[in-house]
Amino acid sequence: MGRETEVLVIGGGSTGCGIARDLSMRGVDVTLVERGNLTHGTTGRMHGLLHSGGRYAVSDQESAAECIDENRVLRKIASHTVEMTGGLFVQKPGDPDEYFEEKLAGCRECDIPAEVLTGAEAREIEPYLARDVERAIRVPDGAIDPFRLCVANAADAEEHGARIETHAEVTDVFVESGQVRGVEVRHESGPGKRIHREPGTTERIEADHVVNATGAWAGQLGAMAGVEVEVRPSKGVMTVMNCRQVDTVVNRCRPKGDADIVVPHETACILGTTDEEVEDPDDYPEEQWEVDMMIDTLSELVPILSEARTLRSFWGVRPLYEPPDTGTMDPTDITRQFFLLDHADRDDLAGMTTIVGGKFTTYRLMAEQITDHVCEKLGVDAPCRTAEESLPGSDDFSVLRDYMEVFGLRSPIGRRSTERLGSKADDVLQTDDPNPVVCTCEAVTRAELEDAIVDAGTDLNATRIRTRASMGNCQGGFCAHRMAALLHPDHDEATTRAALDDLYAERWKGQRHALWGEQLSQAMLNHALHATTMNRDRDPAAGEEAVEYDRFDAGPSTSTADTATDGGQDECSNPETGGGRGD
Amino acid sequence: MAIEDDVLVVGGGLAGMTSALQAAREGARVRLVSHKKSTLRHASGLVDVLGYTPDGELVAEPFDALATLPAGHPYELVGVDSVRDGLALFDEVVGDAYYGDHTDANALVPTHGGTVKPTARYPESTAAGLASDPREALLVGFETLTAFDAPLAADHLDAAGVPAATRGVTVPFPGDFRADSRVTRFARALDRDEAVETATGTAGARRALTAAVEPHLDGTERVGFPAVLGDDESSEVRTTLERHLDVPVFEVPMGPPSLPGIRLERLFAAALDDADVRRTTGNPVVDFEADGERIQAVYVDRNGQRAPFHAEEFILATGGLVGKGIDSDREGVIEPVFDCHVPHPDDRYEWFVDEAFGDHPFARFGVDVDGELRPLDADGGIEYENLRAAGGVLGGADFAAEKSGSGISLATGYAAGRAAGEAV
Repeated sequence: MGRETEVLVIGGGSTGCGIARDLSMRGVDVTLVERGNLTHGTTGRMHGLLHSGGRYAVSDQESAAECIDENRVLRKIASHTVEMTGGLFVQKPGDPDEYFEEKLAGCRECDIPAEVLTGAEAREIEPYLARDVERAIRVPDGAIDPFRLCVANAADAEEHGARIETHAEVTDVFVESGQVRGVEVRHESGPGKRIHREPGTTERIEADHVVNATGAWAGQLGAMAGVEVEVRPSKGVMTVMNCRQVDTVVNRCRPKGDADIVVPHETACILGTTDEEVEDPDDYPEEQWEVDMMIDTLSELVPILSEARTLRSFWGVRPLYEPPDTGTMDPTDITRQFFLLDHADRDDLAGMTTIVGGKFTTYRLMAEQITDHVCEKLGVDAPCRTAEESLPGSDDFSVLRDYMEVFGLRSPIGRRSTERLGSKADDVLQTDDPNPVVCTCEAVTRAELEDAIVDAGTDLNATRIRTRASMGNCQGGFCAHRMAALLHPDHDEATTRAALDDLYAERWKGQRHALWGEQLSQAMLNHALHATTMNRDRDPAAGEEAVEYDRFDAGPSTSTADTATDGGQDECSNPETGGGRGD
Repeated sequence: MAIEDDVLVVGGGLAGMTSALQAAREGARVRLVSHKKSTLRHASGLVDVLGYTPDGELVAEPFDALATLPAGHPYELVGVDSVRDGLALFDEVVGDAYYGDHTDANALVPTHGGTVKPTARYPESTAAGLASDPREALLVGFETLTAFDAPLAADHLDAAGVPAATRGVTVPFPGDFRADSRVTRFARALDRDEAVETATGTAGARRALTAAVEPHLDGTERVGFPAVLGDDESSEVRTTLERHLDVPVFEVPMGPPSLPGIRLERLFAAALDDADVRRTTGNPVVDFEADGERIQAVYVDRNGQRAPFHAEEFILATGGLVGKGIDSDREGVIEPVFDCHVPHPDDRYEWFVDEAFGDHPFARFGVDVDGELRPLDADGGIEYENLRAAGGVLGGADFAAEKSGSGISLATGYAAGRAAGEAV
């Protein structure tokens, strides 16, 4: 069976969701397919920096100028996903003076507000900065939640009639007489893939135009259509600390280098990163030295990091791209510009456009340009409104309210919930049912989780990224099973159990890179709670062999004749405790 | 005037309390020093001996299965007699508050995750809930208690093949409690039988709770609640509920904070008081003094003052990774009190395996000991002649996978306490 759509967007990251939103707002019929859940690729694996552009003010001024423009736009249209922390570029002894001056001049050339602070002034803002920080440049960097931003784009696209299909992997691209006609997707099911749509089936989707927004995977997708896209995936590690050692984005002010940024993000800090080319964006080594380098190098800027508790580490893959024959050797030298590849011009293959390169902060601008391009191909004449119209959750929202009054929640929980939900808070939190906190680390209540599950289905990782539940200190040890229970009875026990196993496995994956000190202690506690108390590691329900219940103790009295009305505990006399049975 | 005892135990969990008790029974003057609240309050209150063989086979007869354990496992070191003696000591301490001593077989107990787990001793309050009991069961959960979803647990037990037909229902806990009240709050309301407002007027919390459950009974033969049925008065609370409902009532063990764990801690604390064990709580051991062969004293930090505690014999029962009896950093794994050697791979990426429930080396981290439970240094020599270790601080057992934690604490606590008591 086949379906038709005007534009098929492949890739459910920030770029793909941004394109789907823009196209649908211009009245185009859009279907978006993503092989995992939204943000499954690069968007879900970044440090959450909303660039001021300061980072590129010396090396790539065009990118820098785009960043500051989009920074201002996102603060307006996505306020509930942005925290304007401010950012510092700090100089330590030995960091070159001329680079500091270039950075300052570059910021001013790109219209990025920048002021110079003395070391003392910088430490007044961030007391944990190293004593020997000499001076700093202050810029409007911020922190942004890529998960909630991406989901908000997808939700708004759906509002405008788009179809968003997750867990649907493109298995083939159909080409007829030099034109891309559509794709085949496989809807995932089976172990590890929960039921979403027509599990196990394949679907042919015909489209007037296909947009390849698969980022680091663009080369693989291009190959299905018979074209070459020279994307150069480059991996970077990010290490998550358990609290906010800094409340401002802290950058090292020196020419490009590994481990030079700390981003405060919700309840955590994220240390980043590295830049290393990989062959396969799905399979690359995740190594101990990378984690150690984050902690050791960034401790030079913020010494307390060397003793702080690390929750996990994760790796992301940048979709770097450079035009053929550029021949850059070092990935850090590859431009952060984005490229629109019109395959009709480039490869004589009509009906498909690829977008590669670029960066998260400029996702909306990239989406606008590719949407302009696609609309031109389709003959659609409608203006872009994505820079003016707020995303769901950010329309006309004031956080100055009395949560205790409004939602019957204790103040800190109400504050966190409302910050996450923005203007959706009323709809989500006003419930007639009691609304207990399910995830205490991140203060996520049942109502918020149930609202997320409406969209996320049985994929608890999709619920996690919408709410932050299970992303705190305990990494799901105390709440993963409570989250899973919310799937029942809409989904049966086996599905619920498998969904829990998936979430638990995902949380474990990142913790493996933080297993020492506090977090190893936490991991052992989680192991004890889930294996010892709940017996989830040896669950007879999951085992092959039936349990012979009659071989086990059924109690001192197994009389079933009549029920006790005398308190139950005297159904039989408790046998004497036999002291010294072993001597 | 220096504080001086015969035996000094560091650590206040099940192993520490067991060893202190046994040393006192040998006639020694014993002191127990502990820093934090013990991890007993994290524990379900079930007392496991051995639930699974190293190959992952479910064990019905734990004493018979001890033979399957590898050399160096704590049980292998102390021998089956110490396992029995440790359990006998336990049985004596808890009296009729626990069941399971009438048989050598394990019981299968439903817990809040919804499946069953094998255990050797179980609180009286869980006895009517055993999975091998064929009587039809109703599980009751509370709307705001998110850690136990009764309908899901019932379906899960069904998937585990339990013989009894099991249903689950969710009811509001009566009264006007905050949505995120902790289990201890519910327990207190039942302990005091607090007056609560119900649709039909004011009633005691116990009566109001049974009134909420009655419409769902439908001929069931037993009723299980999450383990919140009182703290101090748990036995009386359960008896009252049984009288109102006219069926046996049981508790389903939960995660932290665990009332059965707290009740167990109280039973042992009372036994320590009866045996005249002195307890010094709330302060960490920060240093010790030794003459090479023997430990002379440990130093306890009291608000910045270092107080020495002298003794003839010392027992290390500080627990494993969870309670920080074993600690680590990016460079390695240590035992922080006496700096005993803890064997571990140099490369921290060899401390774990990739599967969440895989065979993790870290789960076995702990000190190596000889047959007398004396910690061994890196060369296999004895660290100190008068130091023994017991419980979770010992290496060589994955108690979570084996379901052996409490049994190891009891057996090694008993053996260490006896040896220390005999040595003075």
